[in-house]
Amino acid sequence: MLTVKDLQATVGDKAILKGLSLDVPAGQVHAIMGPNGAGKSTLSYVLTGREGYAVTGGSATLEGENLLALAADERAARGVFLSFQYPLEIPGVPALTFIRTAMNAQRKARGEAEITAPEFLKLARQKASELKIDFDMLKRALNVGFSGGEKKRMEIFQMAMLSPRFMILDETDSGLDIDALRIVADGVNALRSPDRGMLVITHYQRLLDYIKPDRVHVLAGGRIVASGGPELALELEREGYERYEKAA
Amino acid sequence: MSVAAAINTRDASALPGKRDEDWRWTDLRGLIRAIPDPSEPFAGDVGRGPFDGLAEDRRVLVNGGETRIDVAAGQKAVVALRVLARGAGSHATMVAVTLGPNARVRLLESYESDGGSVSQTTLSITLADGAVLERVVLAQDHEHAVSVSQAEVRLAPRADYAQTVAASGARRQRLETRVTHPGGHAVLRLDGVYLLAGKRHSDQTTVVTHQNIDGTTAQLTKGVVRDQARGVFQGRIVVAEGADRTDARMGHHALILSDRAEVDAKPELEIYADDVSCAHGNTVGALDEDALFYARQRGMPAGVATAMLTEAFIGEVIDRISFEGARDVVRAWAAERLGG
Repeated sequence: MLTVKDLQATVGDKAILKGLSLDVPAGQVHAIMGPNGAGKSTLSYVLTGREGYAVTGGSATLEGENLLALAADERAARGVFLSFQYPLEIPGVPALTFIRTAMNAQRKARGEAEITAPEFLKLARQKASELKIDFDMLKRALNVGFSGGEKKRMEIFQMAMLSPRFMILDETDSGLDIDALRIVADGVNALRSPDRGMLVITHYQRLLDYIKPDRVHVLAGGRIVASGGPELALELEREGYERYEKAA
Repeated sequence: MSVAAAINTRDASALPGKRDEDWRWTDLRGLIRAIPDPSEPFAGDVGRGPFDGLAEDRRVLVNGGETRIDVAAGQKAVVALRVLARGAGSHATMVAVTLGPNARVRLLESYESDGGSVSQTTLSITLADGAVLERVVLAQDHEHAVSVSQAEVRLAPRADYAQTVAASGARRQRLETRVTHPGGHAVLRLDGVYLLAGKRHSDQTTVVTHQNIDGTTAQLTKGVVRDQARGVFQGRIVVAEGADRTDARMGHHALILSDRAEVDAKPELEIYADDVSCAHGNTVGALDEDALFYARQRGMPAGVATAMLTEAFIGEVIDRISFEGARDVVRAWAAERLGG
């Protein structure tokens, strides 16, 4: 599904990713763990096409298609979704308007018909109820005045609405208490399916108790320095990142 | 220097220009070498105006003329006033609006030109004690037109005057409002929106003079400029000696969407009283890159994302229009101009 080979990227003139390789097959959830400054957020931005991140080498493909040649919105239309570490506040745009605009833009890019207002509202009510989001909150300006936990829940709501093929969750657990974490994790797990892939970026092992990964990778110094099963996450929690930072 | 006098005497040297402090960014004298011939009387079909469906009292002034709108004490009215320029001549127009005590009026005004005319409109607006006026102005001028509107507003105590000027620019366009504010719990809202593209120019100039105690002014103007357009905002609030307990807020915020577009802003507070609460804020910048990426990551192409974010930015001003019908007209006007 997602294949990243020897990816190198710079921000300004600073090299952040220095030959990162990764393969996430359809149906699997991979976790990326690593110390601060290892390049975790840079990886999520490079994969989603944020400006200001220059790819200087390597490749990234989704189902064989070169992601790096596509604009951010084209990648989204092909099903790449990023749950932001710090979701933006969008004053003046109700959450429902934002998501419907996004959904219809994606549909248009894929040559599909727009969703009708009743269909959209029905879907929104269903997903909001699953994620225990008060429907009235969706009529308010997106993320404006929302708590950290509410913003993360709104990210997962958007993900559930847009139903992407490949999901990148960047520090989705930060700002969540245990109850909210469980709701968010249920929402994420509901999207697991044989034709979808997921990359869960996290600093702490806690999230992985709820979203069980198939593989765990350690990102340090801009490269994957170790990979293993879920037990690797527990080992990192116990022993820290120090030896990987030295190795990087 | 008066634009009306220059037009009426066909003396271009009498036009205000960059040496006049108030006109330095809208230099008519430097632009116009000769005042065009007087506009011909027009008897053809003028079509429909943007607010026609909302008003029973409809006034249309084409290529000059005069009208009086008098609303007696306690009466209500919705008036659509169209000020039209047809052709490329020059003319001046006079409008007098008088509200008796506790009269309630919605004045829906539009400027519509179709060529390189040079026109000026003088409005004299007077509100008696307790009168309420909401004035919504839609300035839809031709790209070759030079269009100046100058309103002189006099308020009595307890009057409530609210204004929203929505402008899309012209070769030169200026919408000027001068308000004499008596305090005395009179309330003033003075808002503006400008959405400019191409080489269009729009200037919103306001001067509010608080003359006595207990006056309120709330002002919010927002603009979006692209291509080589130029937006001008000049807002001056004067609080005279003794006009204590004045509460005045002025905000001007503009988005510049291209390297060659320009915004010139001059917010000024002149305060001669001691006990006042006054503030102003002014920002001019680009669209927030983080918000733009967020919207694009969700699948919106750059044009759609920009349109959504700029509409939301401008929406804050449009939402302050209390007459729903007029608000919808202005919102549609904005959406058409910002649409990706």
